[in-house]
Amino acid sequence: MAARKSAQKSNVSGEELTSYYKDMLLIRRFEEKAGQLYGMGLIGGFCHLYIGQEAVVVGLEAATKEGDKRITSYRDHGHMLACGMDPKGVMAELTGREGGLSKGKGGSMHMFSKEKHFYGGHGIVGAQVPLGAGLAFSDKYKGNDNVTFAYFGDGAANQGQIYETYNMAQLWELPVVFVIENNQYAMGTSVQRSTKSPAIWKRGEAYGISGEEVDGMDVLAVKEASEKAIAHCRAGKGPYILEVKTYRYRGHSMSDPAKYRTREEVQKMRDERDPIEQIRDMLLTGKHATEDDLKAIDKEIKAVVNESAEFAKTSPEPALEELWTDIYA
Amino acid sequence: MATEILMPALSPTMEEGTLAKWLVKEGDTVSSGDILAEIETDKATMEFEAVDEGVVGAILIAEGSEGVAVNTPIAVLVEEGETYDASAAPAASEEAAPAGAPAAPAPVAAAAAAPAAPVVDESPDYPEGTELVPTTVREALRDAMAEEMRADENVFLMGEEVAEYQGAYKISQGMLDEFGSKRVIDTPITEHGFAGIATGAAFGGLRPIVEFMTFNFAMQAMDQIINSAAKTLYMSGGQMGAPMVFRGPNGAAARVAAQHSQDYAAWFMQIPGLKVAMPYSAADAKGLMKTAIRDNNPVIFLENEILYGRTFDVPKLDDFTVPFGKAKIWRSGTDVTIVSFGIGMQYALEAADKLAEDGISAEVIDLRTLRPMDLPAVIKSVMKTNRLVTVEEGWPQGSVGSYIASEVMQQAFDYLDAPIITCTGKDVPMPYAANLEKHALITTDEVIAAVKQVTYR
Repeated sequence: MAARKSAQKSNVSGEELTSYYKDMLLIRRFEEKAGQLYGMGLIGGFCHLYIGQEAVVVGLEAATKEGDKRITSYRDHGHMLACGMDPKGVMAELTGREGGLSKGKGGSMHMFSKEKHFYGGHGIVGAQVPLGAGLAFSDKYKGNDNVTFAYFGDGAANQGQIYETYNMAQLWELPVVFVIENNQYAMGTSVQRSTKSPAIWKRGEAYGISGEEVDGMDVLAVKEASEKAIAHCRAGKGPYILEVKTYRYRGHSMSDPAKYRTREEVQKMRDERDPIEQIRDMLLTGKHATEDDLKAIDKEIKAVVNESAEFAKTSPEPALEELWTDIYA
Repeated sequence: MATEILMPALSPTMEEGTLAKWLVKEGDTVSSGDILAEIETDKATMEFEAVDEGVVGAILIAEGSEGVAVNTPIAVLVEEGETYDASAAPAASEEAAPAGAPAAPAPVAAAAAAPAAPVVDESPDYPEGTELVPTTVREALRDAMAEEMRADENVFLMGEEVAEYQGAYKISQGMLDEFGSKRVIDTPITEHGFAGIATGAAFGGLRPIVEFMTFNFAMQAMDQIINSAAKTLYMSGGQMGAPMVFRGPNGAAARVAAQHSQDYAAWFMQIPGLKVAMPYSAADAKGLMKTAIRDNNPVIFLENEILYGRTFDVPKLDDFTVPFGKAKIWRSGTDVTIVSFGIGMQYALEAADKLAEDGISAEVIDLRTLRPMDLPAVIKSVMKTNRLVTVEEGWPQGSVGSYIASEVMQQAFDYLDAPIITCTGKDVPMPYAANLEKHALITTDEVIAAVKQVTYR
């Protein structure tokens, strides 16, 4: 695979590895809990889990600074946790409660945090990409060096507005990293069934935008790529594209039986490429942590997730007056 | 400690399902992610995965069972070395979903046939004695944008041909020279893309003005206008929204046929989260545009190519604004109320002049903004005249007039002495041929005929 692999794994400190391990594990346990609450009818509507893709957001966020922005589509829980949004607020939004980040009015697909510079959470496939370029436009207009991550999937990559945006982003040298999270399936349609040009990042070349493919199951490789992309943008060289090859273990949404791929394909990915297991192995073989240390981390993460679930179940439903607020500023 | 495994809801609509097949048996050790069972929902057969790890202590619902309600315990997980004691029923580990939807709130306002006197702001737009300067609508729009750009660094203009070409309809004449290419930005021909970029820039704290060369081209950008710009404030629980203006000529020009001649007033007016202005005069174009740019919400500003060159008196004031939601009475009358907006005002005013010659006194109201809409001004007038005719160029089905008629009927039924007539454009795509085009639009004669009908003359 031509994808970027992390170069010097041996140089990574135990502290750094532990922090990735914790961040990825939080997303996985959170999403498992969300799946469970969905099963109990506490979460409604559509719910798209991020399990399997954890290394993408954790690796990308590892290279950001305060002021950098991010925007994504409806598979957004991982992005929110990775940029430091409160798991309680995310989970309570999933259950549609007053304590949710959008006061229960947005739900799984539409969540925001001005404080953490997270601009959603958008339900229309591809629409977040021009919006992300617009955020970058605002930073360039104001003359600061902030960078925006505009995330989209291999499915969204076939929307025309992505290419309208590529054109203007390069024309105006906007500081935006286009992150293609290629999890290989647009709902039930594999990349092979939707395009004859499988190197999606290369489409940027037509607009003069540089980019590369990254192993999205390897958090260290993702972090390295993120550093490079951000440096490109901060230097005023315009946009950059990262096509991060990843895999979602669960269905497209909770109601997807995922009959378009084999159980063996999923199992093989889990057994051989799992991003969390990879770091876990490095922690143990590098003697950065013992089994007991990792058990303690597991316990700590479980407690955070259980606390978020408890909050999401006990936070009251929004007051009926909320129906009529936030329509106009 | 034993953990109950509950029958899961596996789709947004599932209330019960069939436990088709168990893939584990009692005594099996399972870990997170293992498939426990196959469950048939109303849509598909789904694999059901374990969340927790442990040993299957007991299977409570046999495979093949149909109609198993969501949240019914179907199995019990115990820890390694532990056994399941059926007699000691485990405490319910998770509470059930809250029961049903809350009771529906009472309707906002019960229909009242006899309204209390509506509260209407009839204050003048500017003080008496203010110097008036003859100005075209085109110049008024440019002046409004330039004044606001001088006042606020975060305001900028983007669109096709707005900068070097000086505007396809010369609305932005001179603006590139004054404000430079950072703030007056030519875009490629890419409405969907630049509407999205502008909306993102608004999320990021700027105040964009987006020019569509005509609103017909805004159809390419409809998703960004409605799903992104109009809804984000609500979806974010008030955290962020899009303070911006989408502006450009709307409606029929002359002989440009079906794809370039559509009035979108009724479309945009329907969307909560948007505001919609549609001025007729140059003074209103200026005052409303300044208000639109300062507004913290997305504003649709519908101009008209035929009106661009018309001259009206504009008050000479340092900072002249017109508030949204305040109609303007152009002509007082007693026999009938004619309500219009934008270029429809031209037909309404011409009709009123001719009707006066026949001894019919028409009150002519210009709504100026369609959202918010000054319905109290309309109702107050109808309480006086007891007759109403609405005038617009758009199509009849789902027209602005249909909405006004419905509201007036619900709020002032007892005051009506005749059915309301909604004068609209004809229910056809705009034809090219000169004679057909003229016939497709609303005409002054049709407005006169409608007024005569409701006044039984």
